[in-house]
Amino acid sequence: MSGSAGYEFVDAVTSDLSFVARGDSLDETFRAAADAVLAATVENPEDVAPRVRRRIALEEPDRELLLLRFLNELVYLRDAEGLLLRAAHVEVEAGPRCVRVSAELVGEPLDAGRHRPASDVKAVTAHGLRVTPAARGWEATVTLDV
Amino acid sequence: MPAPREMRAIGPATFEVPLGFRADMRVPLRVYGSEKLVAEMDDQVFLQAANVATLPGIVDASICMPDAHWGYGFPIGGVAAMDPRSGVISPGGIGFDINCGMRLVRTDLTWPEVKPHLRELVDGLAARVPAGVGSEGFVRSSKQDFMDVLRGGAAWAVRAGYGTPEDLEYTESRGCFPGADPRTVSERAVKRGRTQLGTLGSGNHYLEIQVVHPEDIFDAALARSFGIDLPEQVVLMFHCGSRGFGHQVATDYLQDFLRAMPAKFGLEVIDRELACAPIQSAEGRDYFAAMCCAANMSFANRQVILQRIREVFSLVFGRSAETLGIRTVYDVAHNTARFEQIATARGPRTLLVHRKGATRALPPGHADLPPAYRATGQPVIIGGSMETGSYLLAGVATGAAAFFSTAHGSGRTMSRHHARKLARCSEVEERMRKRGILLRAASRRVVSEEAGPAYKNVDEVAEAAELAGLSKRVAHLRPVGNVKG
Repeated sequence: MSGSAGYEFVDAVTSDLSFVARGDSLDETFRAAADAVLAATVENPEDVAPRVRRRIALEEPDRELLLLRFLNELVYLRDAEGLLLRAAHVEVEAGPRCVRVSAELVGEPLDAGRHRPASDVKAVTAHGLRVTPAARGWEATVTLDV
Repeated sequence: MPAPREMRAIGPATFEVPLGFRADMRVPLRVYGSEKLVAEMDDQVFLQAANVATLPGIVDASICMPDAHWGYGFPIGGVAAMDPRSGVISPGGIGFDINCGMRLVRTDLTWPEVKPHLRELVDGLAARVPAGVGSEGFVRSSKQDFMDVLRGGAAWAVRAGYGTPEDLEYTESRGCFPGADPRTVSERAVKRGRTQLGTLGSGNHYLEIQVVHPEDIFDAALARSFGIDLPEQVVLMFHCGSRGFGHQVATDYLQDFLRAMPAKFGLEVIDRELACAPIQSAEGRDYFAAMCCAANMSFANRQVILQRIREVFSLVFGRSAETLGIRTVYDVAHNTARFEQIATARGPRTLLVHRKGATRALPPGHADLPPAYRATGQPVIIGGSMETGSYLLAGVATGAAAFFSTAHGSGRTMSRHHARKLARCSEVEERMRKRGILLRAASRRVVSEEAGPAYKNVDEVAEAAELAGLSKRVAHLRPVGNVKG
């Protein structure tokens, strides 16, 4: 793990960029995964200031599909609205037939000079996507198409 | 894990992994490449190709090109033809960057003429062709215009003043997939892509100035037919796709298919990235129509970028692009699925051919070729790394065994994360400077990820493609200037 970020990029899929995100809870794991997408996009994710806020609420049949959609929302908002976002507050809740996430996303428009663009994340892939219980908390394995 | 023990050679640079490698395979695997290339392929290539071999309706073989490597869903360099009645269509068999492709452009200029202006040209191209994360294009299109782009592809661009009708003649499918229906794409896809016409993107996308040295020509007659007819001739090559529009189309349908597969279609999900739908289902037909829209956006994107390139060269040399002889040699698509007529022992048959990181390579005499290339076969472009250069090849009759497909690039050997650890941007830049290649990159991190050692040897890939009878080498093209997304 790189510091307290809760994610690390790993040598996996040859064509693209894979990471593992971890957290004590699903909330933390989703938040860490969002941080990983931001770190893939710009070289200076720590310089993204909380100037814009967005709320999202999503529902899917299982945790993997939920994480896929959650991260793809970040990719969409970056590409369609030029926003670099991290998840300030995340709540993942398991229902009888589905899993839900509600999140507050905070960030600001991309400033190439300050944030230093890295990879144009095209999409979050479903390849090898896993959200599993770990020795402590949860672990998510994700591959981005870049 | 090395290549599977069951694999055996069945022809020059051609190997087969028989049925049974995975119990539920419907067809064998066919892997093209030299012994060395195949031995060095990721073990995941064979496992992913075996997953593809289980898909309903797959015909003949699950095929890997010589540049195959571990991707998501299909391997990159994967080809699969599906029976349109019993088969499926899979976004993971096409890729998120739908019709990511390559265009080769010839000029009447020679390296001694260009060399004094190289910096000005590379700077001009970097300034006029937006690249990198968050870049917006120079084409301002209304929503209605964008719908016309999705229906018309490169023809829209030419009608709007970006390029010439001759460019369409030398673009695969004349720059337009006919099955496009904008009603099948989401508002999100439109919002994501509408401002990105005329942008290169990032990652492995680039725009290069290249030189063809006389000693790098393998077939002078074919080279002349493709417009490579001057000593030390300068050519231009660029690689880009359908940008956020195509990425969103693929994302939307992947998520839809994942929901529908088990419940509606009764299909087993082997790898979620291999999500698919029957070709004849409403979902399958809608995805095909949306995928055609993205393919057309990509053809239009490359067409408007060519116009910017013409403007830069015209400005620097003080002559019109026409008098500089700047003409499209050919434009090829990499990530597509399309219905193609395939000759079989029992007569012609229409199949849906998925190519993911693979290039169509039509043989001499094929009816879909423009008259100028009817005798030569289709020009094929294999893009190498920014340090090592690329190849121009031609389609050949023996390519029928692979549904007239060949390699699309040199193929990665390591993940981007691994490549970053091997060389800093400054080291790669210095190495390229010593080789006489001027680089302008939008991202320093991407330079490390895209360094030469992150790719297979392009010479070996092009040679294997020829040995395997997939395509024939025409010329090696060496970079002198590179604009990197």
